[in-house]
Amino acid sequence: MPKIILEKEGVIKQIVASTLKEVYQKLKINPTIVLAIKNNELIIESTKLKPKDEIKIIPVISGG
Amino acid sequence: MSCKFCKTKPVITLTNSNINLCKSCFIKYFERKALKTIRQYELLKKGDHVVVAVSGGKDSLSVLNLLNKLKDKMKLTITALLIDEGIKNYRDKSIEDAKKFCKEKKIKLEIASYKKNFGKTLDDMKKKNKNTIACSMCGVFRRSLLNKKSRELKADKLATGHNLDDEAQSILMNQLRHNIALSSRLGPITGVKKDPRFIPRIKPFYFLTEKEVATYAYLHNLVNDFNECTYCEESYRFEIRDILNGMEQRHPGTKHALVASFIEILPLLKNKFKDVEIKSCKNCGEPSSSEICNVCQVIEKIL
Repeated sequence: MPKIILEKEGVIKQIVASTLKEVYQKLKINPTIVLAIKNNELIIESTKLKPKDEIKIIPVISGG
Repeated sequence: MSCKFCKTKPVITLTNSNINLCKSCFIKYFERKALKTIRQYELLKKGDHVVVAVSGGKDSLSVLNLLNKLKDKMKLTITALLIDEGIKNYRDKSIEDAKKFCKEKKIKLEIASYKKNFGKTLDDMKKKNKNTIACSMCGVFRRSLLNKKSRELKADKLATGHNLDDEAQSILMNQLRHNIALSSRLGPITGVKKDPRFIPRIKPFYFLTEKEVATYAYLHNLVNDFNECTYCEESYRFEIRDILNGMEQRHPGTKHALVASFIEILPLLKNKFKDVEIKSCKNCGEPSSSEICNVCQVIEKIL
């Protein structure tokens, strides 16, 4: 199962998902306000995931 | 699943059009879009002295990066101006990012603090006024200090990193609070009346989304993380932001549509409010629409 690191919450989750889109759906993440990073590279929703992948999810909201 | 133009690995899907772009095509798209805004709304003139409001966050460092790239072509003088509100565990971190960036790019950086200019940090003000929303004090002080310092630096323009998401939030907030006079001051270049005491504020990222700016910042390695202000959750803007983000997810293009609709009526708003007289504050002499400026009013209430 891919490992999903939610940066803001400081939480790591392992979920069954074959694409990033499935990760967003299962974790109820709004894709319009996050960046997803695999091996220091940005990936998009349709990216296929492998069981050993590690994905960092970072909210893009900053400032105040 | 490849870049629409060069068939390599994409880094973003544009929410408004569902187009995939790779790193180099995205950077081209992003910079062209900002340049189009600069040209279309005449945000810059050759030889301008541009003071760039930087916080050390992704939006401001991205706009500083872009304007610095344009510097030679447009014969611009660039100065970065950082307002240190005095917010522990937030601003102290981003100040370091700003200093590092300006040093690397050899950009002059000026720092103006609330402590020095108003006598107290925002943290101190908040401690003394627990029931006052931090953003309502902070916004007034920051806008005023940015204008005052830019004027002292003899700037022609004050550039900010405001993006499409920020503008969509402001438009909706003003609508819901029946604050149309404030909306007349929005747009890619702010201000209703020309007054030498007000430095025109320009927003080159007006039509770029927060996600696009974050992507640009990440690809340029401009920030280590995207920090949120510790007082952010208190604000009305925070609620509006969540509403708009939910709408954007369910109905892609919502924010673009809101801003595009607003731009069409903005000339009418500016015309309606063009006769508002700009006075000088009786206390501090700064420009103001009332006898006492917002800064002096807030200081009277909270300090």
